[in-house]
Amino acid sequence: MGEVIVVTSGKGGVGKTTTSANIGTGLAALGHKVAMLDTDIGLRNLDVVMGLENRIVYDIVDVVRENCRLKQAMIKDKRFENLYLLPAAQTKDKTAVNEEQMRDLCAKLKDEFDYIIIDCPAGIEHGFKSAIAGAEQAIVVTTPEVSAVRDADRIIGLLEAAGLKSPKLVVNRIRTKMVKTGDMMSVEDMLDILAIDLLGIVPDDDSIVISTNKGEPAVLDDKSKAGQAYRNIAARITGKEVPLMSLEESGGFFEKIRSIFSK
Amino acid sequence: MAFTDVINRIFGKDGNGSKDVAKERLRLVLVHDRANMSEDVMNHLREDLIAVINKYMEIDQDALEVSMNNEDGTASLVANIPILSVKRNIS
Repeated sequence: MGEVIVVTSGKGGVGKTTTSANIGTGLAALGHKVAMLDTDIGLRNLDVVMGLENRIVYDIVDVVRENCRLKQAMIKDKRFENLYLLPAAQTKDKTAVNEEQMRDLCAKLKDEFDYIIIDCPAGIEHGFKSAIAGAEQAIVVTTPEVSAVRDADRIIGLLEAAGLKSPKLVVNRIRTKMVKTGDMMSVEDMLDILAIDLLGIVPDDDSIVISTNKGEPAVLDDKSKAGQAYRNIAARITGKEVPLMSLEESGGFFEKIRSIFSK
Repeated sequence: MAFTDVINRIFGKDGNGSKDVAKERLRLVLVHDRANMSEDVMNHLREDLIAVINKYMEIDQDALEVSMNNEDGTASLVANIPILSVKRNIS
């Protein structure tokens, strides 16, 4: 039986889709059979981040309306044959898939896949409620900003009310230098406020922009720091204990002098 | 001013980075958000309060008022519970 994990955040633009793509690909790279679901109907993007946009024939709405069989709509990944994507519909509206349909869909996928990763739309309305309906676990993505952490807090409350009792936090786009100079909230600050378990920390990294440009998840790039962070997150999801990676950067001369005096 | 403060100032670290402002603003906004409980939750709280207090005294359930107050960054629960009579034999 597979495990259904929803990736959510409340606020848009914090990296839900990038996180979904990298976790899904990371789990597939570890040898697991993975299905990724894009539930952001009307604003589909997971296909583009995965580089699979040219292969779409059917979508999630076709599946729930029985215009096609589930297998026909699942797109096989370019790189891993144990990784599939069920894309969102681009032309339908957000109410096209309801909670019950989502639960049915997840139940079917669980029979065949080890992990089902659901990319949730932003917001707390219908799309969010449907996306989480079939999930057993939730990953909350946030960035070190007041607005994103506030929305994460609200989402955690809604997840818990819906029976998803222990969501895990991914802190995205941490900038070590700014945390050091006291101009960015640290991971500890956010954990303090949100009081949930940490799943991983992803540094702000140019390689994410480059990998998204190419449609190749950074998790497959050995040189990418963000990619390493996502590999660690994928391993933790499978139950491995992986220590947090060091986000220390070898800063310039002034940085070094300052670090000596700030001890 | 301590020596390290001087050094920090020279090298651009003044000790009160904007993150403290962010944390404080976040704390205040969350106190407010979290205190904004739904009607449902407030009704449950009301029923539970009545059940507990009823063990010790008879209260006017219709006149009972429970509300959340948010002022100056702190939240408090305010309950106004008119007592009709206090039960005897409670030691």
